[in-house]
Amino acid sequence: MNQVVTEPAISVTGVRRVFGKGRKQVVALDDVDLSVADGEFVSLIGPSGCGKSTLLRLVADLDSPTAGTLEVFGKPARRARLDQDYGIAFQQAGLLPWRTVAGNVELPLKLHGVESATRKGRVAELLELVGLADFAKNHPDQLSGGMQQRVAIARALAESPRLLLMDEPFGALDEITRERMQNELVRICAETGAAVLFVTHSIPEAVFLSDRVVVMSPRPGRITGVVDVRADGLAGAHDRTERARDQEGFFRAVADVRSLLHGTPVPTVAVDGLEK
Amino acid sequence: MVTVDPVAPRETRPRLPVADVRWSTVLAPVAVGVLFVLGWEALVDRADIKPFILPAPSAIWDQVTANRDSIVSGARVTGSNALWGMLGGTLLGVVGAAVAGTFRFVDQMAAPVVAALAVIPIVALAPVLYSMFGAAVNSGRIIVAGISVAVPVYLNTLRGIRQVRAVHRDLMAAYAAKPLQVIRTVTLPTATPYVFTGLRIASSLAVISALIAEYFGGPIGGLGKSITSSAASSNYPLAWAYVTGAIVLGLLFYVVTLLAELWFSRHQPAP
Repeated sequence: MNQVVTEPAISVTGVRRVFGKGRKQVVALDDVDLSVADGEFVSLIGPSGCGKSTLLRLVADLDSPTAGTLEVFGKPARRARLDQDYGIAFQQAGLLPWRTVAGNVELPLKLHGVESATRKGRVAELLELVGLADFAKNHPDQLSGGMQQRVAIARALAESPRLLLMDEPFGALDEITRERMQNELVRICAETGAAVLFVTHSIPEAVFLSDRVVVMSPRPGRITGVVDVRADGLAGAHDRTERARDQEGFFRAVADVRSLLHGTPVPTVAVDGLEK
Repeated sequence: MVTVDPVAPRETRPRLPVADVRWSTVLAPVAVGVLFVLGWEALVDRADIKPFILPAPSAIWDQVTANRDSIVSGARVTGSNALWGMLGGTLLGVVGAAVAGTFRFVDQMAAPVVAALAVIPIVALAPVLYSMFGAAVNSGRIIVAGISVAVPVYLNTLRGIRQVRAVHRDLMAAYAAKPLQVIRTVTLPTATPYVFTGLRIASSLAVISALIAEYFGGPIGGLGKSITSSAASSNYPLAWAYVTGAIVLGLLFYVVTLLAELWFSRHQPAP
């Protein structure tokens, strides 16, 4: 868990994923290369069907690539999953409705045989972190959507992973809750120092949260460009404040991402096209 | 620093929704029942219907009070057969469904057998079972009740096991959970409301099967046997009194199952 990490958190080389066979074959991902450094926040953005969720599932080893290699902290993705090197959160909170909030957060710890006293302390810590300490004994059906999603994030952080995989975790939330959750995520990431791979289809969300935004296009799913938000004049993702949303660099980065999404070339230094 | 949604922590464990039932929902059916009994009494009285066709409620009630001990002990015998059958059948149904849900080929092998069991009138097996186990023991009746419970429990549990949400399956995979952990953590809790749907159907089936099985022989003492023997000796109000006992017994099974269901699925949407 606490090895000295020199290799990147995620390293994806020449990955291709094809669904179906014969004429019904769909190329979800084609020739994808991506590298996420330790502690870096990287967003995947693109229209529906561009394979961003597929790519995240491949990194999580919930699915296997047709070709290419995926490494997480220098290990094959499968090994990393078995070693519990990442925490994961989905668009649906995916809480177990028959367990309390505390019961849900401690689930990964319980499954991996952490003893009860340690679990209890860790759960209290995590609920404090996501601001739900008062709700430990409630059941998920008594919480709002935003609160459920925070429980899911606490659960993803339970084993202090060095890497967080998040698949549109705020996709189902209203705009107000969403911005608040983004602020909290920035704070949590700064506190934990974990690398994050974040799937979204909101441009401002991607820009606000990330060090780098990876823009993808569909049919076949490919990376069309990478926007380094820091080069647009914003602080690194961990040092960002709510005010970043009003800064000039923010708007510049949003414009960069937007033009990449719509396929018009932009003469900006921040866009270095395909990395590597 | 930390913002909390402006919702006060609510009561942690919701109780059974029994307290939410309004008076009108209780009073309406009671009123219908009372009207029905009064109408029945009036009909028998005015039209001068003979007791062997339809005895008056008052006559039946007289028999119920006069033979209370006999009805209670009969209900105890029939009830214990139904209960053991229900426990055995539930165990068989749930374990069978867990196995069939895990291994697809077991499901496919079992499907025709289950279909056959669902179609055969199980009670018709009673005479065969009496000759297998001997007519002096209740085993045959328990088995009849057990099989008739196992089928709906099996089918509903299997359906429930298939309802595990994709996000929960992904989560378990991401945690590298072992197969038994997955069954315990996600599969069985997901299936629980469905198990109870099966049990609710099965609870009255268990009593009916245990009761009817007595018609075909075996030891005396149960409600079913008492119904046939009082009808045979032309004591129709007494036969009806035993039928009343059987109705109460069936209701008891149903209500207890229903309460258990409400309690266990209080955090889940109804299937």
